[in-house]
Amino acid sequence: MVGIVIVSHSKKLAEGVVELSRLISGECPIVAAGGLEDGGFGTSYERIEAAIESVYSDDGVIVIMDMGSSCMTTEMVIENMEGKRIEMVDCPMVEGAAAAAAESEGGSSLEEVKKAAMEAAGESKF
Amino acid sequence: MTDNKKVVEIIKVMAEIIHENAQFLTDLDAPIGDNDHGINMDRGFQKVLEDLPGIENSDIGSILKKTGMDLVSTVGGSSGPLYGTAFMKAGAAVAGKNEIDADDFIDIMEAAVGGVQLRGKAEQGEKTMLDAMIPAVNAIKKGVDAGKSPSEFLADGVQAAKEGVEYTKTIIATKGRASYVGERSIGHQDPGATSFTLLLESIAALY
Ligand SMILES: Nc1ncnc2c1ncn2[C@@H]1O[C@H](COP(=O)(O)OP(=O)(O)OP(=O)(O)O)[C@@H](O)[C@H]1O
Ligand SMILES: [Mg+2]
Repeated sequence: MVGIVIVSHSKKLAEGVVELSRLISGECPIVAAGGLEDGGFGTSYERIEAAIESVYSDDGVIVIMDMGSSCMTTEMVIENMEGKRIEMVDCPMVEGAAAAAAESEGGSSLEEVKKAAMEAAGESKF
Repeated sequence: MTDNKKVVEIIKVMAEIIHENAQFLTDLDAPIGDNDHGINMDRGFQKVLEDLPGIENSDIGSILKKTGMDLVSTVGGSSGPLYGTAFMKAGAAVAGKNEIDADDFIDIMEAAVGGVQLRGKAEQGEKTMLDAMIPAVNAIKKGVDAGKSPSEFLADGVQAAKEGVEYTKTIIATKGRASYVGERSIGHQDPGATSFTLLLESIAALY
């Protein structure tokens, strides 16, 4: 299954998104990389790297970020993990994660999981 | 202009000046950001300081690269990947050198600007550190071309950076966290442009 990493400035937010996605797709390897080592707000290179490694397989990993340094730091982690199948997805965090987790659990490819997350951006809630 | 020993000294002064100004930088980040720029920069440079003894005898490229890596892994805000990439690209521009001249210094500064732009995809005029960096580099280049001494061209650079900081007060932020406050960012100087000016002043302090 394609791994999913949720990167946020907030530990609680990242963990909450993971929790919510697991409610629907309990089997999907989805993990949080939120906040700094000490639990404070910010983005941590090491935490993102460790999270990606923890769900990495030949199927690849997608990373969903909140904003600003979450994206820049993730980009640097991915650059330094050269040769691996890891992609950042530009999508709403909650809806994108839920859609991607369901797609991943169904055994879809990295491209399909990424597409499912991106499509969440266009869907209206009501 | 500089050997690796002096680069180490400069980085120590940077860490000191950032530490002394941590509260000031954080306060600048309060109205237009999330109130953490000084805390972020200080955390990063304290880690750099801690790791300096292990790399003191390395070449200048390696010292700058390690400094950048430490900033990426400890700063925790946008300034981490931005300054981190700047230092890493600067290091790559003088890889293997134990001594650099004014032309190498220009290469370093241009690589730093390129690094920030690569990572943050901003242009001049978006109320970021680039509004201090780009004019500073241009002033330094002009000074070097005119045959000025390091203390003179660095003073020109600092002057241009300070003017850049003043300019950031007059514009709306369109990149980074400050872009969320939109028009309300007018009147406030950019924290990152200010920290860049402090870093350049740290270099100038040793000439
Ligand atoms: N895209 C960018 N390009 C260039 N400089 C930027 C960019 N985004 C932010 N900055 C600079 O970074 C400074 C803010 O640094 P700080 O350490 O406070 O990060 P932050 O904005 O809190 O990070 P985060 O993205 O995690 O919220 C700004 O004042 C600005 O100069
Ligand atoms: Mg900030």
